[in-house]
Amino acid sequence: MTARWTEGPDSVAVAPRPLVIRGGRVLDPSRGLDAVLDVLLVGGSVAELGSGLTAPDGADVRDASGLIVTPGLIDVHVHLREPGAEHKETIESGARAAAAGGFTAVCAMPNTDPVIDDPAAVGFVLAAGRRAGAARVYPVGAISSGQNGQRLTPVGELVDAGAVAITDDGNPVMDSGLMRRALEYASAFGIPVSDHPEDLGLSRGGVMNEGVVSTRLGLRGKPNAAEDVHIVRDLLVAEETGGHIHIQHVSTRYGVDAIRRAKARGVRVTAEVTPHHLILTEEAVEGYRTEAKMNPPLRTQEDVDAVRAGLVDGTLDTLATDHAPHHYDEKERAFDDAPNGIVGLETSLGLVLTELVGRGVMDITTAIHRMSTGPAQAMGLPGGTLAVGSPADVTLIDPKRAWTVDPAAFLSKSANTPFGGWELTGGPAATIVGGRVVWEWGP
Amino acid sequence: MTRERSSLGKDLVGLEPLDGDQIRSILDTAEPFKEISERTIKKVPVLRGKTIVNLFFEASTRTRVSFEFAEKRLSADTVNISATASSVSKGETLVDTARNLEAMRIDMVVIRHWASGAARFLAERIPSTVINAGDGAHEHPTQGLLDLLTLRDHFGKIEGLKVCIVGDIVHSRVARSNIFGLLKLGAQVAVCGPPTLLPRGIERLGVERFVRLEEAIQWADALNVLRLQLERMEGGFVPSLREYNRVYGVSTRRLEAAPRELLILHPGPMNRGVEIDSDVADGDHSVVLRQVTNGVAVRMAVLYLLSGGDPASAEAAKGGQE
Ligand SMILES: [Zn+2]
Repeated sequence: MTARWTEGPDSVAVAPRPLVIRGGRVLDPSRGLDAVLDVLLVGGSVAELGSGLTAPDGADVRDASGLIVTPGLIDVHVHLREPGAEHKETIESGARAAAAGGFTAVCAMPNTDPVIDDPAAVGFVLAAGRRAGAARVYPVGAISSGQNGQRLTPVGELVDAGAVAITDDGNPVMDSGLMRRALEYASAFGIPVSDHPEDLGLSRGGVMNEGVVSTRLGLRGKPNAAEDVHIVRDLLVAEETGGHIHIQHVSTRYGVDAIRRAKARGVRVTAEVTPHHLILTEEAVEGYRTEAKMNPPLRTQEDVDAVRAGLVDGTLDTLATDHAPHHYDEKERAFDDAPNGIVGLETSLGLVLTELVGRGVMDITTAIHRMSTGPAQAMGLPGGTLAVGSPADVTLIDPKRAWTVDPAAFLSKSANTPFGGWELTGGPAATIVGGRVVWEWGP
Repeated sequence: MTRERSSLGKDLVGLEPLDGDQIRSILDTAEPFKEISERTIKKVPVLRGKTIVNLFFEASTRTRVSFEFAEKRLSADTVNISATASSVSKGETLVDTARNLEAMRIDMVVIRHWASGAARFLAERIPSTVINAGDGAHEHPTQGLLDLLTLRDHFGKIEGLKVCIVGDIVHSRVARSNIFGLLKLGAQVAVCGPPTLLPRGIERLGVERFVRLEEAIQWADALNVLRLQLERMEGGFVPSLREYNRVYGVSTRRLEAAPRELLILHPGPMNRGVEIDSDVADGDHSVVLRQVTNGVAVRMAVLYLLSGGDPASAEAAKGGQE
């Protein structure tokens, strides 16, 4: 690792030249801003917004007419697989895939091998993310050492090293006592405790949603209650301790409802939902399609409707992909044997624009909020706004571009998606991190 | 490999994808084949020159032997591969197996596997005909067919019959194939067992659901009694074998309460004294041995039809003795 990388993409070699983004529809949900404006980025920060801005000397000028200019998109839940499973993804390939999906920042889950449970490991992720020079990579530390559900990690040291949250994702925290201590302890550092809600007793043996499809296919199911029980447990412990709980990938109607009621009571809870749980149902598993195997499983239309409503009304603060790369050979197996998860970084924005905004489920402002301002606020991250002085992280979106999802063309090392071949309208046009264009669309 | 299209399609992965006419044609085709087994020379040249691999990832003497008899009586060349868990590593085996089989230019593969969907997985990846001999808790179509044939032999028709499948429905491929097959032929179907062994949403397949055997006995014309896997005790699905027998065991005493004489089927092997008492298993109403005989005929019919045989000429096909 050479010193020149250690300051992050904003300071690689020389600072980027000033950049004027001209004539785009600036949509900043953090301030309810929606107007055709120029945006000036200087020295890694947003310097000015206005009409007919004069470009400073030596500035790059980028025409954004016909494009939407938004705060950089943030994905608070991705698995970058490094260290330990570099054949699926590396921090570099994942950060580049993120940028290609319009994301300027991602939160990397700690369930790697070894687990990100000490400050050196956090430092490794941070450094590798900076070296990638694409989307920012925020490390998330583990709740328990080795993610074995027993002893709390040195949370203070993890935060000092750069961790933005803690989670045992991959595993739920089954021990309610550990969850209590984690919520209490983490509150001293102002970071959320993020949990994968699943009661392992109720979900034991399950490989998909429990219901008529699992019954017909002869596959063991996980009932909604496995998720619901755990969400309610987390909410109660958060209420008791006053800690900040972040509920991952909510997929059930009761889960949404429980979070909505907890928020009304003032519980410090934030929550996320994935594009696939917003768009697909358990029917996608038909034919034993392992690219539709994920955890939590795809549920029913009633659940889809409920998570959509939850995202619209803000009960669910943020969209998150749960980007989970797996090698082709690992998914090319009998359904019972295939690992859970799908990649999501390079399809998320297009799916949201096409399937949610395009079909009238939500307006574009809400969609962009849940992908930028929402995640930044939920995780306490910089960005999520184009306010003057904030990081020069910007996503340019082409709302008209028609494209077909081609998994073979992903920058991710993995192609495990159920959305291959989907025809989408709208997608990222360019991704700007710290004032530097790190990715742009080119046919 | 060129092969004429069969009336059943390339493969038999389950009864769910078939329609009533296709199922009836298999049963009709099985009729003339029943008689071959009674001959002194039990062999006809229908599949001469065809190679069939019996690929068993799970031990099953019964089903394998039944298929083997059917294959040999049709003069096919057969190879048995048993790839039980100890000899092969889980995971890659299925896809590796598919590639190897493809390279060997096999005509047909009969597969038994512990994972639901395994037969279909293989069928989608190789040009050979794939016959599902049981995949996980999904389907066991030839068992379903032999049960249908046995019911039709006894009652003369399937339509309108009330058949209740008793026992561990959650983990049973036999149950699913029976449900799909019976419904397609117009029977009324029920399942009965402890609620821990009845899968969610089963009613939405169009079946009745009973949680007490007494109710099923009042309702049914025939009971298809499933084997209780002993490992269900460890899974906490059933408290004890003794209790299972007490509440769900099919006994003479219980059957006495039936408003009509019930036909008793069992796919075997039986746990006598658990799901079925010996006096019932060996009694007048039991057709378990008939099922075994029909199993060979039904499998011959399936092999014949999938190899492109014409249902109408099955009688002629089995005519010549070798
Ligand atoms: Zn998770």
